[in-house]
Amino acid sequence: MAVVDTNAVPPSGLVPPSGLAEFWFYFSRNKGAVIGLAVFTIILLLAVFAPIVSPHSPSIQNRDVLLLPPSWSEGGQLTYLLGTDPVGRDILTRLIYGARFSLFIGLVVVTLSVLAGVMVGLVAGYFRGRTDTIIMRVMDIILAFPSLLLALVLVAVLGPGLVNAMIAISLVNLPHFVRLTRAAVMTERTKDYVIASKVAGAGTTRIMFLTILPNCLAPLIVQATLAFSAAILDAAALGFLGMGAQPPTPEWGTMLAEAREFIQRAWWVVTFPGLAILITVLAINLMGDGLRDALDPKLKRS
Amino acid sequence: MLRFIFGRLAVLVPTFIGVSIIAFSFIRLLPGDPVMLLAGERVMSPERHAQIMAELGFDRPMYIQYFDYLINLLQGDFGSSIISKRPVLDDFLTLFPATVELSICAILLAVCLGIPAGVLAAVKRGTWMDQTIMGTALIGYSMPIFWWGLLLIIFFSGYLGWTPVSGRISFLYFFPPVTGFMLIDSLLSGQPGAFKSAVTYLILPTIVLATIPLAVIARQTRSAMLEVLGEDYVRTARSKGLSPFRVIGVHALRNALIPVITTIGLQVGVLLAGAILTETIFSWPGIGKWMVDSVFKRDYAVVQGGLMLIAAVIMVVNLIVDVLYGFINPRIRH
Repeated sequence: MAVVDTNAVPPSGLVPPSGLAEFWFYFSRNKGAVIGLAVFTIILLLAVFAPIVSPHSPSIQNRDVLLLPPSWSEGGQLTYLLGTDPVGRDILTRLIYGARFSLFIGLVVVTLSVLAGVMVGLVAGYFRGRTDTIIMRVMDIILAFPSLLLALVLVAVLGPGLVNAMIAISLVNLPHFVRLTRAAVMTERTKDYVIASKVAGAGTTRIMFLTILPNCLAPLIVQATLAFSAAILDAAALGFLGMGAQPPTPEWGTMLAEAREFIQRAWWVVTFPGLAILITVLAINLMGDGLRDALDPKLKRS
Repeated sequence: MLRFIFGRLAVLVPTFIGVSIIAFSFIRLLPGDPVMLLAGERVMSPERHAQIMAELGFDRPMYIQYFDYLINLLQGDFGSSIISKRPVLDDFLTLFPATVELSICAILLAVCLGIPAGVLAAVKRGTWMDQTIMGTALIGYSMPIFWWGLLLIIFFSGYLGWTPVSGRISFLYFFPPVTGFMLIDSLLSGQPGAFKSAVTYLILPTIVLATIPLAVIARQTRSAMLEVLGEDYVRTARSKGLSPFRVIGVHALRNALIPVITTIGLQVGVLLAGAILTETIFSWPGIGKWMVDSVFKRDYAVVQGGLMLIAAVIMVVNLIVDVLYGFINPRIRH
């Protein structure tokens, strides 16, 4: 009987690329995605090392330098690179600390809505029938409200603040993950490998989580990236409306709300927080486009 | 077709009931006493409390209260403001045209720019033009529109002084509302300069509100066009010797538009969410600003009624889009 050595190295040049290498091959072909990844990494590092890299304290108010313009314009000081806000805090420092909040919000919202959405979507898509109908009707109800309005009202019920804003945004994001998971599960559950594993005696939980779920991940990862950037935008919008993080938290949307009355006098207090939001969201969306190209088998030409 | 419409209507009923349950529970979920919240009185004696409780019907079982609420809704009674005491529906109907006018202008702008931009990007695929258009679209898609609005105000209203900052029309003009749409009313009024004034007030909010739908439509049009351009019938049309303009404009675009129209329909919710921010920035007297103001004034009866009305509008618009879609694409009717 011939023994097949599964560890034998095939002739060079025929090694199938590992999953990660293949992913990187497609992802790196999209230049925008690589730029997005680079920018996102920089923002992430800035957020993690905020106390080390920021030149000042985010909360100390220096009364000598109220509304100081950015360093390159007339009257600016080099120590306050992007100028100061109406109570004399360094804008650059507050933006760096703000990155912590925005990335944290994105992470928490995506984790909450992915976990809950995937669970509910799996159940709906796997069991179908009445369970499915009820779940989908509930999702329809959530979708019948404009997302920001629903989040706003939820925060009004729960009380303004960062944690409640995150909960509200997660709930508003939920239907997208439920629908996506359900659709993916419904196409997978009748495939041969699922039936084979059922015949082999696998239990329902095992089939749902270990057999079907890994094969539904690609669209979920792409949607999670989009939800990440949308969460940052929504949280900033709630902060801007005064219902998200409360002052003096250096959250970007809250900073914009505080700066609104100074828009005619000091353009920089309004411009930079928004620019920070735009750059972060743009970087994540660029990555999302690259992920979609790399993970969507329909677009692969091989 | 009729069966299709009725089928869609049947699905709406449970959604409507669900939405009404949410709006109904809203007041009861708020921290604090609903009587205090709804009566708007700070200090009251226990007798007065009990009296208002009975007046508002809070002393009855929950399901009867809900049933009552539902009956009122179906009769067009959406409650009354705690502060102004006016019926919520009246305020909604006064303010809604402002939001509709803004939304229609925004979606027109988004469609008129977004579809040609998407077609151009698809036809010139891979060139600098494609990259510029898609890059711009991605920036628009990532835009925090409340900040975008502030930037436009700084530049066009502050620096250049071209456009006014807030409101719908200059206070120099006054005329009774006929349609509620400022552009039409200003023309009907016959006052010289009124229409121009209305346009200058409308222009920045329209740009802000159109930004995200514009980006979405351009991206969707491009990918739909790319799919269609590879089809056999497009090649046939080309090989027949039709002009590129005719091939793209008639043969390809007509088929590419089907998914684009769905996308446009899906923008209604996006527009209403965007209206909340846009109207707040520009003090545009529409339902978005009304809702935000009511949340801040703790006028929860208005928030409750407004939630219900806005959800109803979205459901009806989605129904219309669904039916139109079935009309354009007969395949989904079956």
